[in-house]
Amino acid sequence: MARAIVNVPSQAKRGEIIEIKTLAAHPMETGFRRTQLGELIPRDIIRRFVCTYNGAEVFRVDLYPAVAANPLIAFNTTATETGTLSFQWVGDNGYSVTEIAPIRVE
Amino acid sequence: MTTGAARLFLALSAACLLLESAIAGEIPLPERRSGYEFMSRETRAMQDDDNGNPATLWVLDGEALWKRKAGAADRACSDCHGDARENMKAVAARYPAFDPALRRPVNLEQRINACRVGRQKAPALAYESKDLLALTAYVARQSRGLPVAIAIDERTRPFLEAGREAFFRRQGQLNLACAQCHDDHWSGKLAGSSITQAHPTGYPLYRLEWQGLGSLERRLRGCLVGIRAEPYAYGAPEFVDLELYLMWRANGMKIETPAVRP
Repeated sequence: MARAIVNVPSQAKRGEIIEIKTLAAHPMETGFRRTQLGELIPRDIIRRFVCTYNGAEVFRVDLYPAVAANPLIAFNTTATETGTLSFQWVGDNGYSVTEIAPIRVE
Repeated sequence: MTTGAARLFLALSAACLLLESAIAGEIPLPERRSGYEFMSRETRAMQDDDNGNPATLWVLDGEALWKRKAGAADRACSDCHGDARENMKAVAARYPAFDPALRRPVNLEQRINACRVGRQKAPALAYESKDLLALTAYVARQSRGLPVAIAIDERTRPFLEAGREAFFRRQGQLNLACAQCHDDHWSGKLAGSSITQAHPTGYPLYRLEWQGLGSLERRLRGCLVGIRAEPYAYGAPEFVDLELYLMWRANGMKIETPAVRP
């Protein structure tokens, strides 16, 4: 089942600024809501998102309970060399998803 | 042209116009506006870009479910229906459709569940469950951009009339009919939110308020609770009649599934 979608241009010119879009399937339960019986629904959020480009970190986000469900994270980076972009989401209850996307730089 | 002939011509064209508007629905096609047109620029951008539309997650799940074998018959949807991109095209545009076995219209969710129980020999999926929403979204996605085409015949007309009657019936503690907001005041606001024309062209859709995907029936329940009426159960015949009327009322408008709404 789809847990995350990443959208990276498959090729780019050296030095070009590229846009990357990521979408992770996650309920982002705040931990402040209660059931109809008054019981607290435990917090379940993504805590951190990291993007690495050939091993080097290019972008990082800390997420908090106010972030909406299924967070869309879009950012830019400079295409430097051919290789892979790696994306990792880490969160509560052992949540961890990794996606990779190749990019060819000319 | 003599006066008599001119009068006859006028009467005939007036009759034609009346007939046409009766076929096309309550709001004439040029004045009809999808909920999309009432949305902010940001929410529109979210719907327009598949990579930013969170409903894509459900559509992808639906695609996986379409190909997955299920039930005692050990068959997948694709084993009978083949490629959904080809064979499910325009299907959602004509639902709710008449089911000869049940002798009444069924919506897309009910059709999918009928296939699951009858052909796959698998238990029916619960309404609003992730799997049913995903499959429905995937099937309806194949009709995106195509016009709603509800054909009414002698078998479905009584159900359409029942749906229309429900749309115009005052109900709930607030004693409001659907038509009072969605026909008479669709250019207005209710507590800061736009009142739309209630054309269900994008279901199942991702509603920001829900933080997830939901069906038309879930949306209708929200409206019924809003007017303080007791909502029908999921899959109730009254709901399907109303869905049939709403889809017929949107005839000719483009399917947007999976849409995003505030």
